[in-house]
Amino acid sequence: METPRHRIGRRSFLTASLGLTGAMVVAFNWPDSRMGSADAAPRIFQPNAFISIGADGLVTLVMPFVEMGQGTYTAVPMLIAEELEVDLASVRLEHAPADEKRYGHPLFGSQITGGSGTIRGAWEPMRKAGAAARMMLVAAAAREWKVDASTCRASNGEVLHPSSGRKLGYGQLAAKAAVLPVPDQITLKPASAFTLVGTSAKRLDVPAKVNGSARFGIDANPPGMKIAAVAACPVFGGRLAEVDESKARAIKGVRKIVRLDDAVAVVADHTGAARKGLAALAITWDNGSNAAFSTAAWEGQLTEAMRGKGVVALDEGHFAGHRASGAKTVDAVYTMPMLAHATMEPMNCTAHVHKDGVELWVGTQAPARCQAFVAEALGVDPARVKVNNHLVGGGFGRRLEADYAVQAAQIAKQLPYPVKVIWSREEDIQHDIYRPFYRDELSMTLDAKGAAVGFSHRLAGSSVVARYAPAWIAKGIDPDAVEAAETPYDLAHKYVEFIAVEAPVPTGFWRGVGPTHNCFVTECFIDELAHAAGQDPVAYRRAMLIKTPRARQVLEIAAQRAGWGRKLEPGTGMGVALANAWGSFAASVVECTVDKDGNIALKRMTTVVDCGQVINPNGVIAQMEGGQIYGLTAALYGKLTIENGRIMQGNFHDYPLIRIHEVPQLDIHLVHSSESPGGTGEIGTTVTAPALANAVFAATGKRLRTLPLTPDALQRI
Amino acid sequence: MAITLNVNGKDRRVDVDGDTPLLWVLRDVLEMTGTKFGCGMALCGACTVHLDGQPIRSCSTPVESIGKGRITTIEAIGATAAGQRIQAAWIKHEVPQCGYCQSGQVMSACALLAANPTPSDTDIDAAMAGNLCRCGTYPRIRAAIKSAAGADTKG
Repeated sequence: METPRHRIGRRSFLTASLGLTGAMVVAFNWPDSRMGSADAAPRIFQPNAFISIGADGLVTLVMPFVEMGQGTYTAVPMLIAEELEVDLASVRLEHAPADEKRYGHPLFGSQITGGSGTIRGAWEPMRKAGAAARMMLVAAAAREWKVDASTCRASNGEVLHPSSGRKLGYGQLAAKAAVLPVPDQITLKPASAFTLVGTSAKRLDVPAKVNGSARFGIDANPPGMKIAAVAACPVFGGRLAEVDESKARAIKGVRKIVRLDDAVAVVADHTGAARKGLAALAITWDNGSNAAFSTAAWEGQLTEAMRGKGVVALDEGHFAGHRASGAKTVDAVYTMPMLAHATMEPMNCTAHVHKDGVELWVGTQAPARCQAFVAEALGVDPARVKVNNHLVGGGFGRRLEADYAVQAAQIAKQLPYPVKVIWSREEDIQHDIYRPFYRDELSMTLDAKGAAVGFSHRLAGSSVVARYAPAWIAKGIDPDAVEAAETPYDLAHKYVEFIAVEAPVPTGFWRGVGPTHNCFVTECFIDELAHAAGQDPVAYRRAMLIKTPRARQVLEIAAQRAGWGRKLEPGTGMGVALANAWGSFAASVVECTVDKDGNIALKRMTTVVDCGQVINPNGVIAQMEGGQIYGLTAALYGKLTIENGRIMQGNFHDYPLIRIHEVPQLDIHLVHSSESPGGTGEIGTTVTAPALANAVFAATGKRLRTLPLTPDALQRI
Repeated sequence: MAITLNVNGKDRRVDVDGDTPLLWVLRDVLEMTGTKFGCGMALCGACTVHLDGQPIRSCSTPVESIGKGRITTIEAIGATAAGQRIQAAWIKHEVPQCGYCQSGQVMSACALLAANPTPSDTDIDAAMAGNLCRCGTYPRIRAAIKSAAGADTKG
C-alpha cells in the first residue's frame, strides 16, 4: 500500500534535500574564511549545516540523527566520507542542537531519529554534502595551482595534481574552498566505485562504550547540579492532592520537596538521598476519573468500537461486494497487549531554568520536540531553550517523546540550580507512553479450489500519529496504524479499515510500530490458512508472491538456510514469517521446542534480509540481531495490565526481558542488492513474534491469537 | 556518616547515610558515571562493580556493608589482565549497541574470566544471566567472552 506518509515523505524529501544541500554548502564555517574581510568582527557561531573542515584537516559532522545503538554514528559518517574522500577516522561528530528547520529529517519533516528512517533519509543528502565539499576543495586547489579542476583528484583528505605531483591537504584548502561557489551539478559515485560504503567499517562509538567513558543523558553533571527522584500519580490523569514531607526533610542530603500538578519530587545532593526521601513522603493522590479503568475495560471498548465503522484505508477489488457473492470465508480475531519500551537507561533529564531561559541535558530521539514542549510548558521562547543532546541509552520510540523533559523543566523552574531528574524503573514502566492494545478482525475468502482470493483486515486501537504528528494524517488515515496491514501477498481483493479508539492511557511509537503489530496478526493468520488448506506454509506464501520477487527471494533463502521441511523431533516445530516495511524485506524461520507444560525453548533463528544497498553489513547484522531479540521479549514475556487505572507491573521481575541463556543461535543473511537502502532498525522485531508463534503451532498444534506466548496460555487451549 | 571506601585502589572519604547504595556514591558523590543505574533491585546488572574481585550489584549494596573491601569499577577494570582481554574482545566483536548496559556486562564478564579462564557456554550463561541488554547484544557477548578466553589459553 502506498501510505500517505510515504507521499508526504517524498514531498518533504525534495524540499529538505534542497535545504540540506544548501545548508551543507554554507557549512564551511571556518573562522579563517572571514579573515581579511571587511566585517572581520567576531560573530557568534551559528552552526547551520553538517560539515566543517578545520585548518587541521579534521572533518566535523554535526549529526542531525542520534545514536541510540543503531550505528548511525558510524553509517552516516561513512556516507560523507565516501564522497568527501577522507578516512572515516578523521571525521569528528557533534550532536546537533535542537533545530527543526536545519536538522529536520528529510522523510518526516521533524528532527527525529526513528521510523527506521535514518539511512533512508541520509543516503542521498549526506553523500551530496560530502561530494559538494570535495568538489569545492578540488576547485580551490585547481585555482591555487592555476590548472583545470578536471586534472585534479581528491584522495584521503588531500587534493592531488597527478601530472605535476603537487598536493594540498584539505586543511590547507578549507578557507579558500569556503568562499567558492557551490557546484550546481553534483555527481555521485556509482555503487561500483564505493570503497567505504558496503564495508563493515568499525563502529566509532564502541571504545567509549566499553570503558565507561561514554556520556549518556543520565551522566550529565553541570556545575551546582542537584538530583531529584520523582513520583507521578500512579493513576493516569490523576493529580497530587497533598504531601506530608516532614520525614523526608529530615533525611541527610535532602534539599527540597517540589510539587507539580500531577507529581512530587524530592531534590537532594545525590540520588540515594533523593530516593530515600521520596520513599519517606506520605503522598495523597486525587485519582480522578480513571480510577476504575482496566485492561478489560479497554478490550471491551475495542470490541464495542469494532461493531461500528472506521476509516477505510484500502479497498482494492471491492471486497464487500466480493464477499457478498457467497465466497467461502475464514475468520479470526487477534489481540495484542500493551507494552512498555523498557529502555535500559530510565527516563531522565537535567534542566536549568535561569534568567535567560532554559538549558536541558538529555538523551533524546527528538531534540526539537523537547525544545518546543519545554518552551510551551514554561511559557518561554523556544529560541531560549537550549538542548544538549547525548548518547541515548535505548530509544525504541520512547525517547521520541518529550514528557520527561517537560517534567524536569517544571521541577527546575522551582529551583535556583540545575536539577537532574531520574525516574526509577517503576516510574519508567508505569509512566511510559505505551504500545497500544490492539484488536484485529481478519477474514480471507477462498475460491472453489480453496485458494485465497480476498483479504479483509479490520483493526482497532489507539492512533499514535493523531496525537504525535497530526500532520501525517492524510485523508483521515493514520498511515502508521495501517502500514503493512494489507500483507504483501497477491490477492484480488484487499480491504483495510482502521477504527481509532482512544483510552485514557498515553500511547506511542514502539520499535516496529504499525508493521510489527500488523505483521504479527497477518503472518499468523496466513499460517492458519496454509495449515487449513493442508499446504506447506512456505510454499503457500511463495505462490502468492509472484508480484513481489524481493519478498519471494528472502522467503526462499530463509527456508533453504533453515533446512525447512526436514524431519523434526516430536515437540519441535519450525515457523516462518515474512515482513515488508521501511523499504526492506525480511523472512525469518524460527525453530523451537515446546514441552508438555508449555515451556518454549528456542533452538535456532534463521533470518534473511534484503534492505537494498547495505552501508555497513556488520551494522545491519547487529540491528537484525537486536531487533529480533527485542521481538523475542515481546513474543515470550511482553504484557502490561491495568487495574484501577494504574499499571500493575513495575520492574524486571514482573515485566521481564529476555536474558542471555534464552537466546538461541541466530543466523542472519543479507541479500546483495543495489536497490535504494531500506531501514533495518525494526524489521527484525517485526518478523520475530509471528515466526515464533507459527513455530509453536507447528510444535503443538495450538494456535495462540495473542501475545505473549506463555505456558499458561498454551495450557488453556 | 563519614565512610572511607577503597575505590580503584584509592581511599575515598564520603559523608552519606550508611544505607546509601554504593551506586549513588560512585555516580553522584565520586562523579564516576561509568557505572549505570537500571532497576534499583539487582535485577538487571547495569550497576555491576567488583568487590574484592567478585561481581556485586552496587544499586543494592549499602556503603556501610563494604568495610575495607576493595571496589573496582569500569573506569579501572582495563588495568587488569582480564579487563584488557574483555575490552579488546568487546571492541573486536563490536558488542555494544546503545552501550548503556555494557559497563555492567564488561564487569560481569571480567569477573567470570578472572575466575574461570576457559568458560563453557553454560558457564557464560550462568555468569551473564543477571545482566540484561535491551538492544540484544547477547550473541556478541557470548562470542566476545569466548574470544577473550581463547586469547587467554593461547597466551
